[in-house]
Amino acid sequence: MGFDWSTNGPLLWTAAGETLYMVLITLVAGGFVGLTIGLGLYLTRAGNLLANRIVFTVLNVLINLIRPVPFIIFLVALGPLTRLVTGRTIGIEAFTFAMCVMASVVFGRLVEQNLVSIDPGVIEAARAMGASPLRIVRTVIIPEALAPLILGYTFLFIGVLDMSAIGGYLGAGGLGDFAIVHGYQQYDWAVTFVVVVLIVIGVQLIQLLGNTLARRALRR
Amino acid sequence: MSTPIISFRDAVKVFPGTRRRPEVRAVDGVTLDIAEGEIFGVIGYSGAGKSTLVRLINALERTTSGSVVVGGRDLTGLSESQLREVRAGIGMIFQQFNLLSSRTVAGNVAYPLEVAKWPKDKREERVRELLEFVGISDKAGTYPAQLSGGQKQRVGIARALAANPRILLADEATSALDPETTREVLRLLQRVNRELGITVVIITHEMDVVRYCCDRVAVMEHGKVAETGDAYSIFSSPTAPITRRFVATSLRDRPSDETLARLRERHPGRLVVVGIDEVTGSTRAITQVFRDQGVEPAVVYGGITEVAGKPYGSLTFEIAGPDDAVAAAIARLRDVTAVDDLGTAAAPAVEPADTEPVETDGRSGPPRTRVIGAQDYGMLGARGARLAGPDPLIIEEDD
Repeated sequence: MGFDWSTNGPLLWTAAGETLYMVLITLVAGGFVGLTIGLGLYLTRAGNLLANRIVFTVLNVLINLIRPVPFIIFLVALGPLTRLVTGRTIGIEAFTFAMCVMASVVFGRLVEQNLVSIDPGVIEAARAMGASPLRIVRTVIIPEALAPLILGYTFLFIGVLDMSAIGGYLGAGGLGDFAIVHGYQQYDWAVTFVVVVLIVIGVQLIQLLGNTLARRALRR
Repeated sequence: MSTPIISFRDAVKVFPGTRRRPEVRAVDGVTLDIAEGEIFGVIGYSGAGKSTLVRLINALERTTSGSVVVGGRDLTGLSESQLREVRAGIGMIFQQFNLLSSRTVAGNVAYPLEVAKWPKDKREERVRELLEFVGISDKAGTYPAQLSGGQKQRVGIARALAANPRILLADEATSALDPETTREVLRLLQRVNRELGITVVIITHEMDVVRYCCDRVAVMEHGKVAETGDAYSIFSSPTAPITRRFVATSLRDRPSDETLARLRERHPGRLVVVGIDEVTGSTRAITQVFRDQGVEPAVVYGGITEVAGKPYGSLTFEIAGPDDAVAAAIARLRDVTAVDDLGTAAAPAVEPADTEPVETDGRSGPPRTRVIGAQDYGMLGARGARLAGPDPLIIEEDD
């Protein structure tokens, strides 16, 4: 039994488009907010540039509260806030919003972990040259940690793609929904197979891109 | 001394304790003046507080109490943005170089100029000039990872000098370098000092660094300054035990206990350690004594080196001749310089040095207080086990 391109082909491309939409928005918003959270955590950590226990604790607890919750449960739990922001609790916007929140938190932690590895001596050198904290973030912290940040961002992409698979749960569509509705529930293994191949190829390409960029950023 | 460019008054820096570690008094009541235009060394073992002390100068750390005045400006009570201004006027180099790995050599040197908002063309010109000065013009476009340690420190120095500082702080700047490269970097720091008139503060745990290029030095221990003085007098007449330990690590001209045992096997006769210093200048006077007394000296051990550009060291002689002539020669030598009589292999001198002054008393001047003792480097040299010995005697010399 092969893949029925005439009926499933258009559905596949629609689903792929939905996935792309969810993933890209999440990557942009989650990447930005996550970077901010990660920097916040790093900078306010004891002994660092803007050490502040209260801010650090708030961010830390927030991340620890959200991150361990399985995404499918988090979707439901976030319902009230989702309605407040997007006006609905179902649909692609509602689902994407939930993805953005989770991605921000996940990426925030990833960013923090990558920044911790920066040589504090380099930051001290910048301070000794009279650089302000904002300048140090812009010209030292981010450039020095760029390679691991790119790899972390690549990792985020894959995580976000994973999250997007349960979009069907909130009626957001996407490749995951397509594979379940038209593959699993129809006993059509070809559909599942095509979706898996498509995702694997996508992930490989992104990983390749991420590795290449990271290598370029790494001046060693 | 004219108005000091850096002045500590009872400076204290306490790092508050946490649940895991107790509080640390890294700098504990330091009063110290550093004059404009000098190369000032701060020496101490790790944990002595010297790195913290130097960070008080550019306010990377703020004092807990006391004051630090830099270039006439009291740093206590300045706002963070005012402190940034102060920092921009002080260069700093580090043991691990701390170069930005994401920037080229030129990019690193340009960094402080960007902070100081220099226009791009001026920046480029200045970077060229600086790379020329430190001798790595050909490396402008390379990344730090491709440089050797010595080259990295040159970049560090160029970067530290970029914004025309009046002070350069060197925090263990040569500790990660081999001896040859250390010399090159120290020579460069001397050029910085002499050609550009920049005051250089060198933090180190190596007495050789002090010997090689410092004008004055402060010896630190447990957050306090144990001793301050010009480099030569620190070497020739150290008073604090810690200073003596450091001096012993740098000058190895006097035989250790093990060396002495071997020397006695080869040279069973009368062994005498004769000091060579700024006053004796050379062995001419010593040779004259030997000739006058008709004894036969042979150099068996020793070394003469330069401390702060002046001769310093000692020679160990085996003196052969009639007993009375040898005794007379030794007595005459004591008038000329510091003498440490080790006796013969058959009759080794039993700590003869304990009660004798270290140096010749043939100099005029006000009475001096000399501290000597069994562990006095000047008398017995670097005898490891003795270094932690009892408190030294204090003898008043009034000649």
